[in-house]
Amino acid sequence: MFPQIGARAPRRSRWSQAQRSWRLHWQLYLLVSVPLAYFVVFKYIPMSFSVIAFKDYSPVLGPWGSEWVGLRNFQALFSNPVFGTLLKNTLILAFYLVLASFPIPLLLALALNEIRNGWFKRTVQMVTYAPYFISTVVVVSITILLLSPRIGIVDANVLGDPSYFRHIYVWTDVWQTAGYSAVIYLAALAGIDPTLHESAKIDGASRLQRIRHVDLPGIMPTAVIMLILAAGNMMAIGFEKAYLLQNNLNLAQSEIIPTYVYKTGLINADFSMATAVGLFNSVVNLCLLLVVNFIAKRITGSGLWR
Amino acid sequence: MNKVRIREPFGDRVFLIVVKIMLAVALVVVLLPLLYIVASSLSSPDAVNSGRVTFWPVEFSTEAYRNVLSNAEVLRGYYNSLIYAVAGTLISVTLTVAIAYPLSRKTFYGRNVLMTLLIFTMLFSGGLIPTYMVVHDLGMLDTRWALLIPNAIGVWQVIIARTFFANSIPDELYEAAMLDGASELRVLRSVVLPLSKPLLAVLALMYTIYQWNTYFDALVYLKDPDLYPLQIVLRNMLILDKSRTGAVDLAQQMHQLQLANVLKYALIVVSSVPVLAIYPFVARHFTKGVMVGAVKG
Repeated sequence: MFPQIGARAPRRSRWSQAQRSWRLHWQLYLLVSVPLAYFVVFKYIPMSFSVIAFKDYSPVLGPWGSEWVGLRNFQALFSNPVFGTLLKNTLILAFYLVLASFPIPLLLALALNEIRNGWFKRTVQMVTYAPYFISTVVVVSITILLLSPRIGIVDANVLGDPSYFRHIYVWTDVWQTAGYSAVIYLAALAGIDPTLHESAKIDGASRLQRIRHVDLPGIMPTAVIMLILAAGNMMAIGFEKAYLLQNNLNLAQSEIIPTYVYKTGLINADFSMATAVGLFNSVVNLCLLLVVNFIAKRITGSGLWR
Repeated sequence: MNKVRIREPFGDRVFLIVVKIMLAVALVVVLLPLLYIVASSLSSPDAVNSGRVTFWPVEFSTEAYRNVLSNAEVLRGYYNSLIYAVAGTLISVTLTVAIAYPLSRKTFYGRNVLMTLLIFTMLFSGGLIPTYMVVHDLGMLDTRWALLIPNAIGVWQVIIARTFFANSIPDELYEAAMLDGASELRVLRSVVLPLSKPLLAVLALMYTIYQWNTYFDALVYLKDPDLYPLQIVLRNMLILDKSRTGAVDLAQQMHQLQLANVLKYALIVVSSVPVLAIYPFVARHFTKGVMVGAVKG
């Protein structure tokens, strides 16, 4: 109806925008070139080297010169009886880890949020946060020392029993990271509008009711993002810890995809097969992330990407 | 005047007690294993091996510590890890700022493409072997560079840094600096970085702890024991039980065997002390850093 006053000038073409940006920021482009080279060399070139999953890799011919074999590596992988066990072990461990390490930090944060600021609260926070800074090697060492039959607190050889491996892996992980993850929820809880609590109090809501109807909805978006991140990283499950906890006796459940990739690739030097397994893992991981993100968006309206 | 306090309802008071008991349980569960390790490391080998140590040293002895601190392998690992931590942190923080700062500037053409390029590496990666091939081709295998360069930049850290720059450096500052004729790099050095000390502290901390605690890269890229970081030395001595004994006669061997277990406890304490000692001072900054990254920028 009315011609807009102060309407924006027509958008400059991309080319002139780029030129202007170069004139203004040429030093920044030079600055960025070094880290950019890093990403190209250590992230994107390896991605392109994944082609050897479809080749019979020979170090002499290099990744590009080696002979194409199509899907032969994948066929060999899928028909290998080890593959089923491997996939099962990885998925069960990953799901178990996500399920166990999701609720506990949440409970810890809700509990910490209930009590008054004081030495007790500070102590609990400090102590539960500390294991996050301890290295995996040390955590596994502590576990082994505590669980070893001779000097430890249990008699049975739980470290050599495959059926205990997952419990040990998951619960030591919860031990190490619960305090750290709780901090994120505590920050979200601190961000909840205090007037909500006030009015709930006036309405006669008990502490438990306020947790249910004020706190929980308040930290829901944070919780969803944490869950997506955890689910998205499921297949990237830690090599470090699984490999350290592994021994010849518990392999039946402790052999997972990352440890298998390491052994096939670097110990048996079968580069093509190891890359095929790794590629399979990356693709499954990516799909899981997309699916979880989609579901989360459907249910709560918030996902990683808007 | 009497202060009138509204007493909480009975149900709420009971609930609060339950909450406190739960927290006390959590505290104990986290603390006890750590106490046991420290207590054992300070006990006599005999007391540890016969299982008499619980959460307090029995037959106090510092023999294990004296042994650990005079062990050449441990000392070399310590030295190497210090090098990796200091050099790695310097390289990583520099590179992270170098890419995060331009990404934070609204007029920097191409920032969206660049960011997408970075985020994609979080979703999909070439994997272990292709990365190993690149490191091999660059001739970095069995050199210190293999631990410093291939994992130098964390995308998560870039996001944290970019968000910090975008949110805490006002645009007016750039305009003012430009009017004064300062070049872009000059602005970064003299205006932005001095205002970003909390960020630099957080980044340095995250990278230092990563370098100190990781062992994977060393396992994959290093064969030369002289270059081993502390974590690999720990793994060999604690988990693979590969500590060398120089004992000659039987009595000495028996003692060495007894000592071996206590040594492990002392080793755990000695290797974790640097990180745990700085942690109470930096914990707040650390969480702040995590929060900054969580805000979508």
